[in-house]
Amino acid sequence: MTAKPLLPLDPALVNEARALAARAAQPVVDLARTHTTVSVERAMLRIAGLTGADPDGIPWVNRLADAVAGQVGIEHGIALPVFHALKDFPDLTRLAHAAAAGAARFTLPTDNAADEARERATAAVTTGFDRIDRSRRRRDALVTEVGDPPQRPWIYLIVATGDIYEDIPQAQAAAKAGADVIAVIRSTGQSLLDYVPEGATREGFAGTYATGENFRLMRAALDETSREVGRYIRLTNYASGLCMPEIAALAGMHRLDMMLNDCMYGILFRDINPIRTFVDQRFSRQVHARAGIIINTGEDNYLTTADAVEAAHTVTVSQLLNERFAHEAGLPDPLLGLGHAFEINPEVPESFRLELAHALLARQLFPDAPLKWMPPTKHMTGDVFRGNLLDGFFNLAGVMTGQSILLVGMMTEAVVTPWISDRDIALQNVRYVLSSCAGLAEDFHPPADGFIAKRANEVLGEAVDLLGRIVDDGLLNAIADGTFGIMKRPADGGRGLEGVAKRAEDYWNPASEILDADQTPIFERRGGEDR
Amino acid sequence: MSRIVRPYGDTTGDGMVQLSFTLPIPHDKRAEGAALQLAAKMGLDGAMLVHAKPIGEGFTFFVVYGAATHLVNLDEVKVVERDYPHLSPKEVNDAIRERLGRKLCVVGACIGTDAHTVGIDAILNIKGVAGEKGLEYYRELRVVNLGAQVAVPDLVNRAVDEGADAVLVSQVVTQKDAHLHNTREMAAAFREALPPGKRPLLVVGGPRFDEGAAAELGVDRIFTRGTTPSDVASYLVHRLVTARRDHSEPGPSDTELQEETA
Repeated sequence: MTAKPLLPLDPALVNEARALAARAAQPVVDLARTHTTVSVERAMLRIAGLTGADPDGIPWVNRLADAVAGQVGIEHGIALPVFHALKDFPDLTRLAHAAAAGAARFTLPTDNAADEARERATAAVTTGFDRIDRSRRRRDALVTEVGDPPQRPWIYLIVATGDIYEDIPQAQAAAKAGADVIAVIRSTGQSLLDYVPEGATREGFAGTYATGENFRLMRAALDETSREVGRYIRLTNYASGLCMPEIAALAGMHRLDMMLNDCMYGILFRDINPIRTFVDQRFSRQVHARAGIIINTGEDNYLTTADAVEAAHTVTVSQLLNERFAHEAGLPDPLLGLGHAFEINPEVPESFRLELAHALLARQLFPDAPLKWMPPTKHMTGDVFRGNLLDGFFNLAGVMTGQSILLVGMMTEAVVTPWISDRDIALQNVRYVLSSCAGLAEDFHPPADGFIAKRANEVLGEAVDLLGRIVDDGLLNAIADGTFGIMKRPADGGRGLEGVAKRAEDYWNPASEILDADQTPIFERRGGEDR
Repeated sequence: MSRIVRPYGDTTGDGMVQLSFTLPIPHDKRAEGAALQLAAKMGLDGAMLVHAKPIGEGFTFFVVYGAATHLVNLDEVKVVERDYPHLSPKEVNDAIRERLGRKLCVVGACIGTDAHTVGIDAILNIKGVAGEKGLEYYRELRVVNLGAQVAVPDLVNRAVDEGADAVLVSQVVTQKDAHLHNTREMAAAFREALPPGKRPLLVVGGPRFDEGAAAELGVDRIFTRGTTPSDVASYLVHRLVTARRDHSEPGPSDTELQEETA
């Protein structure tokens, strides 16, 4: 559904913003195309069907990838050494066991041996992509069968107990109470694990581990609930952190519907190495494109550290960069859940008008993207009564500006992980605003010379200025200088750098080959409101 | 003024409080009775059930009003009062420059798995909080913010490398008492790594700490909800600049100080 333009944005300025974002992104795209990471290589193994973990809980994909990395490095891609060695083993799992025990020799095959290894590798990953494709078709069939939510925005609710078996009934209850999208928040700290935990997990910190089995269990439960409530309940998790590509692959195979996947979040907020992040991010977005998964980007986070008025344009800049990186990786607009948030200090005069201006700007810049509208967190306090009022205004702004996915704000945001009653009160708040203001967007036409239109243009102008500086300076330098969210992150710092390698001339990854082949970068863009 | 107080609704001494909670039972007459019985056992007299609403299938949410039968004696209330003067940024800078003669080094981090930097950033980032600038804004403070999920050994090493006068740690995640475990681990690591006189001042902060538990957790000071950067800066000056010079307390930088003033 294309959003109707309401603001008199200068089409030339909008085009300039996109052109600058493309120029700023290009060096990073080049970097992503010429490097690989341990996680990209492990994702290939996961797509090829390798699962399970050793008795210490270290996945076999890590054991196998580490052995190859130690013997031949990852710069050629580990597929050829692995599938060459596989000729002497019945399957990848047995090869991984041997590799972990130091009983497997890995070499880079040549000539016929290389062709045979290439054939085996391609056949294996093709099985994995078939599985991803089947999951996508299954989603389409279920949506056709039980239907989409009747209203926009979709109501997005978070579950986070740490125990997948506790999460399931909570998620089902939330869906029955009105949630259209369930996000299972990850355990704090998973983003910095350089492996994906294995199996069903019952203990986490402020969240539940993202694992293939947890994905499968929750998706199966929500399929059941979707039929009961008569609408397809979407499931969300996080393709972020050091294992972003692997989690994307697991999500594709287990039919998750949305994944948080931001181009810079890990760099800024988890101090993950910028190059690692951009390489992993590109691969994971290609997987999401193949799997039909809607990505959710994390612009809301900038506003939790920086001031939401002063830094409004950094959100726009990040949205434009996220859009560019997504298009380059083959993600079309309907899969682009760009984020923004209601984070202006409520003590600021006319804060609600400013929120409307920022939200409308995003809506109009990205008319076909399922924008994700994030609730207040920074200015939520222990005053839960005031918090409930703020959340009401947040819901109202979401409805008035035609947001697509609404993350339900909790009045106890700053106090506890949501109680069952907090969720119920929050959903009541959303339902009231959605029902009482159902058609309000039709009546909302901010005047062309009014406060909202002026403010939106001002933010767009500032975004263009900043993009210009980023182009001059280089995106990696801009990140190093603390342009986004105040955090300074140099390109040679951060976690996970040791897992990055420049691709050798003969680099080959069968998963990347397939993903690159089905990817048509989406570059021909609209102008401003002239569509 | 009376030192004995009760809650105030609309009349002095009425003791009125409001309360909301959920019981894990379906909504019916018995559930409402159970809510009132709970209120009575919590010390509410003449409890009124003003709202009862089913949540899902097996839960009911209640709002109850009633008069608290308990009294509070203000003289028996124990709190940690601020035991140091509150200084403005300028006063902090002046005190450090004049009395320490070098920059005061502060190393901050979120330790363990805690990824919520909101607390440490509010205190350290120049942006600050509640209209106050963060410690990065103080000219005489050298701030090293290590960010989220810093391993304790890394924090100790960095604090030693930087010659930190104070280490600030923020802990927001409290699930399974993670904040307490992490704080104890950090305090123990500093005790192990450095002799008493060389140890930086250890300060932790977070919304769910008990201010009185500093000694028990092995740290010098705990800050809780509502702390601003100037509260922290004032405390640092008090402990590391003023108190040391006034009482010759042993501290991490005594030798340095003597060398500089010699």
